[in-house]
Amino acid sequence: MITVQASDLVRILPQTILAGFAILVMMFEPFLPAGRKTLLGWFSLFGVIAAGAAAIRTSFSPGLAFGGSVAADRFGLFFICLFLLVAALTLLGSFNYLERENINHGEFYALLLMGTVGMCFMATSTELVMIFLGLEISSLATYVLAGFKRHDPLSNEASLKYFLLGSFATAFFLYGIAFVYGLTGTTNLLVLSERLAKASSWSPLAWVALILMFVGLAFKVSTVPFHVWTPDVYQGAPAPVTAFLSVGPKAAAFAIFLRIFLGAFASAGSIVFWIIWVSALLTMCLGNLAALLQSNVKRLLAYSAIAHAGYVLVGIAAGPKEGTATVLFYLAVYALMNVGAFVLVAHLTGTGERWTRIEDFAGLGYERPGVAACLAVFMLSLAGFPTTAGFFAKFYIFRAAIHSHLIGLTIVALLTSVISVYYYFRLIVVMYMREGKTQASSGPLPWALRVALAVSVVGIFYLGLYPSDFLLLTNLAALPLP
Amino acid sequence: MSWVLDHPLTVLTFLPFAGALIIAFCRRDAATLIRWISLVVSLLAFALALKVFLDFSPNQPGMQFVEHRPWIASPPISYHLGIDGLSVLLILLTAFLTVLGVLASWTSITSRVKEFFLFLLTLETGMIGVFVSLDLFLFFIFWEAMLIPMYFLIGVWGHERRVYAAMKFILYTMTGSALMLVGILYLYSVTGTFDFETIERQLAGSVHALSGTAQVWLFLAFFVAFAIKVPMFPFHTWLPDAHVEAPTAGSVILAGVLLKMGTYGMLRFCLPLFPQASREFAPFISVLAIVGIIYGSLVAMVQPDVKKLVAYSSVAHLGFVVLGIFTFTMSGIEGAIYQMCSHGVSTGALFILVGMLYERRHTRLIKEFGGLATTLPVYSTFFMIVVLSSLGLPMLNGFVGEFLIIVGAFHARPLFGALAALGVVLSAVYLLWMYQRVFFGEVTNEKNRNLPDCTGREKIILVAVVLVILWMGIYPQPFLRRLDLGVAQVIHRIEQGPPSFALKKPFLHAERTR
Repeated sequence: MITVQASDLVRILPQTILAGFAILVMMFEPFLPAGRKTLLGWFSLFGVIAAGAAAIRTSFSPGLAFGGSVAADRFGLFFICLFLLVAALTLLGSFNYLERENINHGEFYALLLMGTVGMCFMATSTELVMIFLGLEISSLATYVLAGFKRHDPLSNEASLKYFLLGSFATAFFLYGIAFVYGLTGTTNLLVLSERLAKASSWSPLAWVALILMFVGLAFKVSTVPFHVWTPDVYQGAPAPVTAFLSVGPKAAAFAIFLRIFLGAFASAGSIVFWIIWVSALLTMCLGNLAALLQSNVKRLLAYSAIAHAGYVLVGIAAGPKEGTATVLFYLAVYALMNVGAFVLVAHLTGTGERWTRIEDFAGLGYERPGVAACLAVFMLSLAGFPTTAGFFAKFYIFRAAIHSHLIGLTIVALLTSVISVYYYFRLIVVMYMREGKTQASSGPLPWALRVALAVSVVGIFYLGLYPSDFLLLTNLAALPLP
Repeated sequence: MSWVLDHPLTVLTFLPFAGALIIAFCRRDAATLIRWISLVVSLLAFALALKVFLDFSPNQPGMQFVEHRPWIASPPISYHLGIDGLSVLLILLTAFLTVLGVLASWTSITSRVKEFFLFLLTLETGMIGVFVSLDLFLFFIFWEAMLIPMYFLIGVWGHERRVYAAMKFILYTMTGSALMLVGILYLYSVTGTFDFETIERQLAGSVHALSGTAQVWLFLAFFVAFAIKVPMFPFHTWLPDAHVEAPTAGSVILAGVLLKMGTYGMLRFCLPLFPQASREFAPFISVLAIVGIIYGSLVAMVQPDVKKLVAYSSVAHLGFVVLGIFTFTMSGIEGAIYQMCSHGVSTGALFILVGMLYERRHTRLIKEFGGLATTLPVYSTFFMIVVLSSLGLPMLNGFVGEFLIIVGAFHARPLFGALAALGVVLSAVYLLWMYQRVFFGEVTNEKNRNLPDCTGREKIILVAVVLVILWMGIYPQPFLRRLDLGVAQVIHRIEQGPPSFALKKPFLHAERTR
């Protein structure tokens, strides 16, 4: 029997606040006239900021809560802050989008907040069932969000696909949890890691459990060969939702990944390492090569997102010591550039997302120099050019990999990132070197979007020029993991 | 003001970028203003480079004008600048060619003027940054960052196949830099620092001495990156495309400065950091360099397009430079550095001249011309002087470098010297033959009958170039004097340590049989 204490409540304060705001949004929704729903968006943004303040409060009283099922440690709080940033940027980028697409309903904001709550629980839970609950909360919210453009068949398709494959993935994960519980009698990660370390030999069922959980998470982070849903879903979902999907749930799944495979299953040793090694290799190669062939901006960014998951896996393969911190750094940088790119694309594609072909961006560099420059910065950062954050993100991963003597994997990673230059630069080529009346130019930038872009661009350059302070922070955040 | 004088390298590096920022805030249609701003900024940078050159003491060993402060804590990256004999001339060359590039683009760039000069000045910052960085990481950042403005210069203002050429250029270079980054990271994991001087000291000492295998791999990682940039045979295929498609200023900077980054990198990093491996590979590299000289010359000979001819002549001339570097002799290396500069000046001038012709006739095919000497006497005279300097006529700049290199090559291996001398003959053949077909004889094409001769602006550019050509050819001492100590240091590093593992045990053979 767990007795709830005040400290327990403080330790889930950010999540509680977010959930509270989500419920309030749902309650206010019927009372607002159709044209005023953006107010709910600003209200949600306020909720996100309040949750951020709460996260700071929580950081003063770290520790376990609810009988050891939730850990308000630095690792979890780092992810909470990351998710709040992603949610805030997505909100800022979606106000005008929703208005334009005529889907400005309060549910959007409520679902976004609930999705964030789920992700926060994923990152802070130290108990498998709790992790699963977080996974489900965030998944259910994002399934609906992906289909939020109800009248668009593509959006419906995306939602259905995401739902079916996502349910598969969570089922795999849950099945793995069942096996673990059956074998060890616990679902608590700390206890689990002790029991597994003590076990003299692993029963075959333990391997089955491990593989099942890996497959479940691999779906969520879209590593090859579990990536097939990604391009379709990213293309069909409303673009701001794609911004959210491509970063939030992915980062949350990586948080679980780190907690489970570097923490609880650390004693599994080299098998886990080789599984990660192989999927990193496949993901980097396939993601980058497939991106070369895309002609749709959203699909291109989808394959780029797959490729980036591969680089994160390289960091995980580099091992717990140095690797974890670099993975956290990478995810934060990835959040800035990917959300920035997607919300900008959301604006540029015009009503009904008509202009999503790369060719539609022709001549943008001269008609809208500021907008094109932002997009160019995102592309350069995704490609990993120095003075942008993308460079240091990759650099730290590669350094960690070389320290761990993963020379072969590092060389593959470097060569695939050279390949990636080609497709990221295609967008730049089209924007600046192709003549033409640009299609993708839909009015002036709304200022909420300007704020989101400014935050991303400034963040990219700040981390590209002065990365070391933030790296220290990620090093601290990585400490709670073994 | 005193801060400026105390930090000449920082100011020199970032002054053009500051100019680019000013241009960024100019109105789009204020083209004339933008041109003048770029000219003034590039002239200021040149004046400062000249001051640095004059203040550079030829008698002081080691780095000069050093600036050193920490930048990023983890990994320990410092903002470490400094120049020695290897880099002092190249900075001057960069600043000089940028001024020429600005002037050469004065009328030929009519669209997107603002962006053009913005990128041109940003490029200058990147190039100077490469030459003054003494931190491997900082060097790498400038090396990479410089690609982006160059990419835009080729891709936006180039000719018909510009996008293809720009992409090819960037992918080739990026592949090389990826390898170099692995090398830099490996060096860091061995020595725990990115600081060039510290790494050099540590590798020279016995504690961190690299094993033979490690040295070979590291040497190759760096060397291939630089060889692609030079470009050495067989990595040269990006060069004709990029040079031909680039706008005039782009070609001038590409040929004049960017190619030198490769040879500079070899001198600065490959030789001092991996002396044994350098000696080991010297014969192979020299052979490749000679193949480059002869192959480049032969291909240049049959080009129907003047610009392509000049582009292939760069492959040949840079072959000389690499050959000189890998003779490991004082005269060879000094000649190589001198040749880098004089090639920059003469080939830059050739590209400018070709650009002027293109502005008048919108073609560069040799067969379209003939007898230009009668219609364009002033232009033809300047062209002649530059051609003669490029083929190495004594008293002009090209001669000094080539002569020193061939002397060095004879010292190292007489056969190499003899083959390189053959290259000099070939360069005379392709350049003079081209000159003859374009300028001599009757005017065969009516369109060439009424072409206007050089304008005042063009005369200013060409007179400046010819003065430099003459000065470098007649009185090279002020330049060469400043190289001595830097070059001596490199040679000292090469000769230091165990003679060569090759002498004890044929190393490459051992690798193969293992």
